[in-house]
Amino acid sequence: MTKPIKTLAVASAVATALAAHAAQAESHEGANEKCYGIALAGQNDCAAGPGTTCAGTASVDYQGNSWMLVPAGTCEGVAWEKIIPGGRDGSLEALDRDVPA
Amino acid sequence: MNRFAPALLDPAAAVPAGLSDARGRSAKRRFDVYRNNVIVSLTEALETGFPVIEKLVGAEFFRAMAGVFVRSHPPVSPVLTMYGADLPAFLEQFEPVAHLPFLADVARLELALREAYHAADARPIAPDALTHPGLMEARIRLAPATRLVASPYPICAIWRANSEAGAPPARGGAETVLVTRPDWDPWPRPVSPDVARFIAALAAGQPFGAALAAAGDALDLSAVLTLLLDTKSITAIEVPT
Repeated sequence: MTKPIKTLAVASAVATALAAHAAQAESHEGANEKCYGIALAGQNDCAAGPGTTCAGTASVDYQGNSWMLVPAGTCEGVAWEKIIPGGRDGSLEALDRDVPA
Repeated sequence: MNRFAPALLDPAAAVPAGLSDARGRSAKRRFDVYRNNVIVSLTEALETGFPVIEKLVGAEFFRAMAGVFVRSHPPVSPVLTMYGADLPAFLEQFEPVAHLPFLADVARLELALREAYHAADARPIAPDALTHPGLMEARIRLAPATRLVASPYPICAIWRANSEAGAPPARGGAETVLVTRPDWDPWPRPVSPDVARFIAALAAGQPFGAALAAAGDALDLSAVLTLLLDTKSITAIEVPT
């Protein structure tokens, strides 16, 4: 391809990509959020590898300082109390409850 | 100290002279406990770091192999975060796994995922920055988490089949895997050879136009740009002044 034609092709590819990305971004708007206090023991998200302390390491159910990813908007104030015993709720911030000594 | 560390890794070595317990007796049993803990903790670090390799060879075999690796490749840093970086090269040479030639590349993928996890955060560009008229001469800076792992084997499919419940069994041939970290977790996906050449050229600091030439005319540019934007992989566009 000659240079002007190639530049034109690139500009059109960029335009296509911007449109596709905008559509994706809208459908995934804040796709996930970290939700604390809802993961079962050993089921918390994050696999950081050796030498770190978070790889599925929650040692009690619903540990307040361990999190898992949930769809955005479904962490706080949503029906977790129906799923999790004891009226516990999820939180976007780390919690003090259910933290092993 | 220069006799202490080697004796820790060699179960046949004598306990270093000068070690004694509180009553002044030889500390052989205490030293053995320590010697055992060193090997066990490093083996556990490898198990955490290479879960797919462990699954492929089996836990028992993995522990025995880790014992050989740990003794020949003790940590060079007190931080274990990246311990095991030499495992892929080790797997290529380790005779008992010679019948599994894809293991080393799967281990490279697991390492790349771990590196991506620990890579620095970077803010992606506003997408319309790509419309800059000087784009062809610009250098595209990619997020620190970006990695490419090429293999003659379908390593992404193997990884997926052994990591995700319900994933199909691995089949197919050569795969090049792009690792990105759009949010918190690294995300591997296979890319075509021309996409891999394009991204590798960008990562090597070549201008956008040169990277296009390296990729070849068959490259679906809009698809690869969409991929890089969606995965938040473009962090700067540096246009020469």
